[in-house]
Amino acid sequence: MSAEEEKTLTPASGQQLAIVSATPHLRTHRTTQAIMLDVCLALIPAVAASVWCFGTRALIVMLFAVISCVAFEAITRIALKRAQTVQDLSAVVTGLLLGMNLPPTLPLWMIPIGSFAAIVVVKQLFGGIGQNFANPAITARIVLMLSFPTQMTSWNAANGHAWGADAASAATPMKALTANELGAFSGDDLPSILDMFVGRHGGSLGETCAVALLLGAIYLCVFRVITPLIPCFYIGTVAVITFIAGGFDAQFTIYHLLGGGLILGACFMATDYATSPVNWKGKIVFAIGCGILTSLIRLFGSMPEGVSFSILLMNLLVPHIENLTAPRTFGKERKRHAK
Amino acid sequence: MGIFQQRGIHVVHNKHTSKIKPVRIETCGEVTLMMKQHIGTPCEPLVKAGDEIRLGQVIGDTQAGLAAPIHASVSGKVKRIEQIRILTGEDVKAVVIASDGQMTPLDGIAPPVIKTRDDFFAAIRASGLVGLGGAGFPAHAKLKSACGDVDVLLVNAAECEPYITADHRETLDAGDDVLEGIAQIAHYLGIHKAIVGIESNKGDAIGKFRALCAAVSTPELKITTAVLPSRYPQGAEKMFIYSLTKRIVPLGKLPSSIGALVMNVASVAFLARYIKTGKPLVSRTVTVDGGAVQSPINVRTPIGIQVRELIDFCGLQDVRPKKIIMGGPMMGAATPDLNAVISKCNNAVLLFDDKQTQKRPETACIRCGNCVAGCPMKLLPLKLEAAYRANDTAALTRLDAMGCMECGSCSYVCPASHELVQCIRLGKRLLREAQSREGSKT
Ligand code: SF4
Ligand code: SF4
Repeated sequence: MSAEEEKTLTPASGQQLAIVSATPHLRTHRTTQAIMLDVCLALIPAVAASVWCFGTRALIVMLFAVISCVAFEAITRIALKRAQTVQDLSAVVTGLLLGMNLPPTLPLWMIPIGSFAAIVVVKQLFGGIGQNFANPAITARIVLMLSFPTQMTSWNAANGHAWGADAASAATPMKALTANELGAFSGDDLPSILDMFVGRHGGSLGETCAVALLLGAIYLCVFRVITPLIPCFYIGTVAVITFIAGGFDAQFTIYHLLGGGLILGACFMATDYATSPVNWKGKIVFAIGCGILTSLIRLFGSMPEGVSFSILLMNLLVPHIENLTAPRTFGKERKRHAK
Repeated sequence: MGIFQQRGIHVVHNKHTSKIKPVRIETCGEVTLMMKQHIGTPCEPLVKAGDEIRLGQVIGDTQAGLAAPIHASVSGKVKRIEQIRILTGEDVKAVVIASDGQMTPLDGIAPPVIKTRDDFFAAIRASGLVGLGGAGFPAHAKLKSACGDVDVLLVNAAECEPYITADHRETLDAGDDVLEGIAQIAHYLGIHKAIVGIESNKGDAIGKFRALCAAVSTPELKITTAVLPSRYPQGAEKMFIYSLTKRIVPLGKLPSSIGALVMNVASVAFLARYIKTGKPLVSRTVTVDGGAVQSPINVRTPIGIQVRELIDFCGLQDVRPKKIIMGGPMMGAATPDLNAVISKCNNAVLLFDDKQTQKRPETACIRCGNCVAGCPMKLLPLKLEAAYRANDTAALTRLDAMGCMECGSCSYVCPASHELVQCIRLGKRLLREAQSREGSKT
């Protein structure tokens, strides 16, 4: 019997028809679609938080991103004459994540450019879901960042509309952190830690509310959509490095953890299946690599934020990480003991 | 790092029949006794059409070492010797016996006389015993190979496959036989330690065995009960040994190489009964279940009965199953019609309905890693699949395709419905073919 073959055999006796197919005869109910739906559900708190922080404009940006991603996915599959895949909801996830990576003030016409980069170039031209080597939403963010640097970094203070703060002058905590000399860090220009935690500070749409993001991540871990390995090791590595680099200043570390796209990136972007290793050892190496790169870019780079670039870079290393950390088959002798 | 190393998967249990004592099928109209019901060399029929047969008579045997004789499971007359295709795809001879309904036993069935270890092995061979858990390894060969090297006897009552409760019933209904069998094996092999491993979802069996073991343990033979987490494939030999002893069977080696002997619980109980009575292996317990079965049951049936007759007995003649599975849902083979017959190592017949048979279309691999996390052998099923599809024998070898035990965990958890285990199975075949080509070249 070949791999796909499944047939209804008519035996010589002809009394009974039964299907003959490959083992196992039970399969999980957790399909790709179910998993993607779970990711969407896990993002709901963050979506709600960003609307609370940035107003309806945030909702419009995210809707625009989702709709354009889904449309591009459907159109490309038709154009490439491949089986339709929009129903697997992965384009919805990409759209949501892309939206969350954009500043709330971004002109709407720029969004489809990002969606095009994410869905058509990064995902579909490389063969569709599972085949892309770079995270679509992250690549799109970087494309937009390089194409429209001003618009992509003009962050409003979150909740500016409600709190009456001067929107234009609000710096993001990440900019403030970079502007301060290392070691001469003072918390004066920064929002309070509580504000950081609930999302009342500048940043991209979905990355500001740490609580909502963490809630979503816990949901994903509980329902075994992701393992906690990547988020823990990624955030942990950044914590350790910034703690040391900041002269053992806990406050400095906390701002680094809560600010910028770290939590969004570690929980929802770095855990993307296609672009992270499949084995647990590989996941740990990958996450530590992301953490180191993010810290280095933030501490020494010219850019205020390094999450996107770190994840993208590590994405490219995934095949090598997988090869180097391939599990040892149960019962196989360690190499150095081999004769 | 233990937490990351816990392999295997959660599957539905569906053990509907654990409270149901096996119902005895006294006799049946016809039995088809395949000449290969074990791993190894097929037997040759020792009878011909028209011969009068008694229950327990040897009707097939061979000189080969790795085989077990086949006994008549009814009395009656040989109808014909035919060639049939067994579930592994091999064509073997089979003896078809029309039962006279009397079940007249062969004269002179008596407990075997065992004085030495060799007598013991000879008796086990004569009993026709093979691993009743499903693998069908001839018991005498296994015991012989374990001689001398083995310090612990592990009795496998894990029964991790969904639906099946045949072994569970054995632990509940024949606990004394199990302990007697353990004592016999331990005595002749010079083993001083035995562990009965039971999955945590069988609370009644665990309680019973805890008490039994405590009662019969002696300083010379310490018997304990171990509770195993209910994870599939806990009952697979290598996983079972690892869970109980933390010993790892080297790839391509036998458990005896690390001092462990694993016997299925029903095999052990049968062994004790055989030594007591001399009645060879002619019947076994089979679980009949599945979505198409309204009231699932356990039956004690003559070996060689056709599935058609078996389900008639169970009152299921009107059932039109969409799929017929010989064995458990994870590793059992699907068979096209009701003509399939029960063999020595067949522990279940599952009849699946429409809903259970529906197949999801295969979609693209999303690299979720579920198959990797679930593989008890720590293989990379998604890469093995790709290697098979690319016909890449070098990659198949590098990825240890031969280490795959075909448990099916990878296919079970795949959200994209990939036929991973089937691809690996075919990949192994590619490797074997490549090997034999090389062999013929040199
Ligand atoms: S690769 Fe083989 S051993 Fe591993 S889960 Fe799949 S079938 Fe089981
Ligand atoms: S379980 Fe299926 S989808 Fe997931 S990595 Fe394995 S083959 Fe791919």
